[in-house]
Amino acid sequence: MSETIRELTCIVCPIGCTLKVTMDDGKFVSVTGNTCPRGAKYAETEMTAPRRVLTSTVKVSGGHLPLCPVRTKGDIPKELLFEAMRAVNAVSIPAPVSIGQVVIEDLCGTGVPLIATRDIHSV
Amino acid sequence: MREIGAEMERELVIIGGGPAGLAAAAAAVENGVAAEDILILEREPELGGILLQCIHNGFGIHRFGEELSGPEYAARFAKKVAELGIPSLLSTMVLTLHRMEDGRKEITAVSSAHGLIRLKARAVVLAMGCRERGRGALNIPGTRPAGIYTAGAAQKFVNIKGFMPGRKVVILGSGDIGLIMARRMTLEGAKVEVVAELMPYSGGLSRNIQQCLRDFDIPLLLSHTITQIHGKERVTGVTISQVDEKRRPILGTEQYFACDTVLLSCGLIPENELTRQAGIPLDPVTGGAVVGENRETEMPGVFAAGNVLHVHDLVDFVSAEAELAGAGAARWLAEGDHAGVKLAVRPQGVIRYVVPQTVSLPADEDVRLFFRVGEVVEKAAVIVECGEKVLYKGMRPKLLPGEMESVTLKAETLSGLDSGQLTVRLEKR
Repeated sequence: MSETIRELTCIVCPIGCTLKVTMDDGKFVSVTGNTCPRGAKYAETEMTAPRRVLTSTVKVSGGHLPLCPVRTKGDIPKELLFEAMRAVNAVSIPAPVSIGQVVIEDLCGTGVPLIATRDIHSV
Repeated sequence: MREIGAEMERELVIIGGGPAGLAAAAAAVENGVAAEDILILEREPELGGILLQCIHNGFGIHRFGEELSGPEYAARFAKKVAELGIPSLLSTMVLTLHRMEDGRKEITAVSSAHGLIRLKARAVVLAMGCRERGRGALNIPGTRPAGIYTAGAAQKFVNIKGFMPGRKVVILGSGDIGLIMARRMTLEGAKVEVVAELMPYSGGLSRNIQQCLRDFDIPLLLSHTITQIHGKERVTGVTISQVDEKRRPILGTEQYFACDTVLLSCGLIPENELTRQAGIPLDPVTGGAVVGENRETEMPGVFAAGNVLHVHDLVDFVSAEAELAGAGAARWLAEGDHAGVKLAVRPQGVIRYVVPQTVSLPADEDVRLFFRVGEVVEKAAVIVECGEKVLYKGMRPKLLPGEMESVTLKAETLSGLDSGQLTVRLEKR
């Protein structure tokens, strides 16, 4: 038995609960300190394969603003964040853009789409 | 509508079209004010306020049960305001606010489209938000080179304009905008060397320490500050020193960090020039107006909500507060002043402030008190009392200065009260 306890700050919501996660040989055993079930799920994922929502901007041509904010529609593996940023920064989309519009269908093979988070009008 | 120089009249004018202004406007309509009797004045060319540059997620969890980005959260309220048909004047800057002899409020504003605008309103909601504390207010020693920005200015450059302010960054202050920008600039290819925080605790949300700093191995130096800025034309580096418990730099602890950019995230100040000019009393701790439970200021018919009243961590609470103000304004327009007694609400000990600062009785709804602590406190009971009577007592595992707390007083708990004052304090376990 090599049980270890790790302390984490939950990032699921702005409450930011302090989680105490018990691990055994790299395997998730249990968690305390969470105030909702999503926190328990976060603790397990965070200790095994952490994931994050990525927010950024993409270039827009012919719009009332030069950039459109975007986010992943769901979380992606944390280790892919920088690779995903390269893909996001390589994209340029024409105006008009509508909120919720899919900008990249499958970001870096994650199966998660990148979506626009505001409207951009054409000028 | 083009009313150049014309006298405009409205039942309700809302100053500021950010999350507070939009939610207040919608709530006013839902509580009986006709949409065409309202006017929102916004100095930017579109509604939404600072949320438009807050492209990160985490907005709306309390409100909508989902994690939205700032622009998405703003769009929901802007859409509601549009659907309700509430008019607004954009790119319009309010210059003055004062109460006329007949009790109405006179507002002067300017815009390039309309020139000088004179408005008379029976009721006003102040929703001007807040601004960042800049270098001038911080007295940082050193030269005055280019490359020093508030975190919010850098956020506008990166997220709206598409410019990177620099490549090698030091951040002073651990407010949420600074933490968010540490991550944002890192993702865009900058190297964030360090975040220095004067206080022994962070000013930002715990989750932002995790997902913006720890995720990217950015060091956070608590009880540290910048004691020298170096560089002639452009900043070339900073000296960071540790501070003692009285926040004085400790000689011999200086460390040099080379950088081309310094971001300041050292606190937000409610933007109350208009409020002050109108003669409305302010709370010296919050920097916002003194208000009652419906967010009415001490000037009858003038309400305030959102970051202009006290700086919030979460926009969800801004919206909820603004709805109180909007509903309060609607009720005031219909019924006039609240008849009854007004009790003061006073913070004690490590509790720095409580909003609202007064509660009118008899209360016909539950009253939620929002407060902040001045230091980190673990395992304490929050107690609200009126004289000997305990109105609320509830345990908190941990209270942080960076995170706003609240307690809800049930209307029936307040029903027996008619004199004295409410005190809010902590009792350590």
